[in-house]
Amino acid sequence: MNFNPAKINRVLSELPTHIVVIGFCVLWLLPAIGLLVASFRPFQVIDDSGWWTVLAPPKGATEYQSSCASCHGKDGRAIAAADLTDPAVVKQYPRSLQLMAMLRTDVNGRPHTGDIPVPKVRAAAAIATYLKRISNIENPPRFTISNYQDALVGYRGKRTYTEDCAAGTQPLDLHCNTGDLLNPRGMGRAFLNTLGVTIPATILPLLLAAFAAYAFSWLHFRGRMALFALLVGLQVVPLQMTLVPISRLYAQLGLNGTFLGVWLFHTGFGLPYAIYLMRNFLGSLPTEVFESAYLDGASHWTVFYRLALPLSLPALASLAIFQFLWVWNDLLVALVFLGGKNPVLTYQISNMVTSLGAGWHLLTAAAFISMLLPMLIFLGLQRFFVRGLLAGSVKG
Amino acid sequence: MARDVPKIMKQGRIAPWLYVSPALLVMVFFIIYPTINTLYLSFRNQDSTQSAAANCIAGEPCWGIFENYRYALTSHIMLTAFRNNLLWILLMVSGTVVIGLLMAVLTDKVSYEPYAKAIIFLPMAISFVGAGVIWKYVYDYSSGPVQIGLLNAMLQALGFEPVSWLTEPAVNNLALIVVGVWMWSGFSMTILSAALKGVPSEILEAARVDGAGEWTLFWKIIVPMIMPTIAVVVTIMVINVLKVFDIVYVMTGGNFGTEVIANRMYLEMYNSFRTGRATAISVVLILAIVPAMIYNIRQFQEQEAMR
Repeated sequence: MNFNPAKINRVLSELPTHIVVIGFCVLWLLPAIGLLVASFRPFQVIDDSGWWTVLAPPKGATEYQSSCASCHGKDGRAIAAADLTDPAVVKQYPRSLQLMAMLRTDVNGRPHTGDIPVPKVRAAAAIATYLKRISNIENPPRFTISNYQDALVGYRGKRTYTEDCAAGTQPLDLHCNTGDLLNPRGMGRAFLNTLGVTIPATILPLLLAAFAAYAFSWLHFRGRMALFALLVGLQVVPLQMTLVPISRLYAQLGLNGTFLGVWLFHTGFGLPYAIYLMRNFLGSLPTEVFESAYLDGASHWTVFYRLALPLSLPALASLAIFQFLWVWNDLLVALVFLGGKNPVLTYQISNMVTSLGAGWHLLTAAAFISMLLPMLIFLGLQRFFVRGLLAGSVKG
Repeated sequence: MARDVPKIMKQGRIAPWLYVSPALLVMVFFIIYPTINTLYLSFRNQDSTQSAAANCIAGEPCWGIFENYRYALTSHIMLTAFRNNLLWILLMVSGTVVIGLLMAVLTDKVSYEPYAKAIIFLPMAISFVGAGVIWKYVYDYSSGPVQIGLLNAMLQALGFEPVSWLTEPAVNNLALIVVGVWMWSGFSMTILSAALKGVPSEILEAARVDGAGEWTLFWKIIVPMIMPTIAVVVTIMVINVLKVFDIVYVMTGGNFGTEVIANRMYLEMYNSFRTGRATAISVVLILAIVPAMIYNIRQFQEQEAMR
């Protein structure tokens, strides 16, 4: 073996670095992984066991093994007269109360459990749950996608959407066809609404910003620098400063609850940063390129359309990602100007969090539905995202 | 022939305005006009029909036309909000900068740098609402024997009593700030990392040759050189923290002593419909942001001067 003390020394000295880096990564991922795992667990188990127990034996298995397995057998079939996998038998003891009453009753003149003590309430409840599982009365799978179905169609009932539809007992606002995806209470509809808000609210400010940034970097007009300095200042005006007047104005114009109102508002607030970033990018392009274009007799419009716009594509891409994520993830503007009329994802989730109507099984799935697209965009286009971030805060 | 050479800076008087005016109009309508209007409304009463002084109650303290500001600056709930925002600034800014710098320095030394950075940065892509749900699940507290929240389950496993993280006044602000740090550390890491990579390697090599250790190198050379960048990160973070709203709104609704300025402004306007108070609070908010704004503009002018 090639024993190299220098190498071992290096590995050892680097070890703390690896531990800290990997430690932070785990710490950063763990909360999100917990939510992801939980969102695939059936609603029957999500509220009484942590997500990390997902691979552990089901509830009541250990209690059953210690209290019942010695007579009824590991699978519950050992005594033919009392087959614990028979739903008809188990149905008589749905809860700890009935189960314990029966366990305290003598069987053939002897205590039911023999030398084993009768289980306490909590253990009995766990055993009752376990019996329902092995008798197939209620045997939820380890993983399920029903939470996602329920969240998408806005199902808030006591079981699952599929089960209710199969039994024909679905709530009045659901029809068990693809139309349910458009149910105003569901995340499916909210997803479409969010897209409807986000796409125009991304394109519009980008377009206006490209025009303005071109003028700010390559055209001369009075007060150019003063205006641009003002623009830099506008970046920091908080949304809150404008909410009240704009909502009063929107109420008069009938724009409250409309997509148009939100598009315009996001455009107004996206512009200062967008222009700032675009100008920094356009302004850093070599002067000769523009000069020669004018020398060739090109007009402003041609230079803008044929030269500036194509050249600034990387900056536009960064900005588009920023604005898209900003609008997609926004809660405040959606809350104030859209509300429940055209609910978006963040609005629906915040409603589910604050009202008691939705359990963790719906909330976890809904949260992941809302995060899916931003995470894909981020992971796919990270390069542009980081570049935009750097250009905006520390000019290169 | 001199006339044929277009000086690109001198191309008509109207054309440039055609390019800037659409953006300017939208910004005037959505930022400048509302800002001025908000200022005016903050001196009016709750439905802005009379002067703010009309809200005064005889026999109680009154600031006349500044009555809304009396509420925004001295009321019990706003004082709580100020205290909390200050706590947010202190802990979140230092938390994100320290973790960001640590990760920027350490990931620079490992071969899986892009992956580690992507993981730390990932929370930036999701919404505060989504992050709120993720962490509410981590903090989940049950009075029963089984804890499904990771944090309380860990406490229980170590033999401690579980804590109701979001309602316990001693820890709930901290619990919320942790969510903010989780979301924003990636931002400061990315920017600081770029600054670190900009430190010339010759300087570092020269110092190493002179016998400086890594620790000295970091504090005496790297930190001073990236100080301007750290300052930028701090300002951006202060502005963000002052505006923090979603996390608090989703996780506690500002209850249990976790109120912040932005959340109070929202509640005054859209739950209590007190226009005067809501606008006064937003004016206070922008006044708190102004120092950071001035710093930002200065930074810009300095960079312009260096061009």
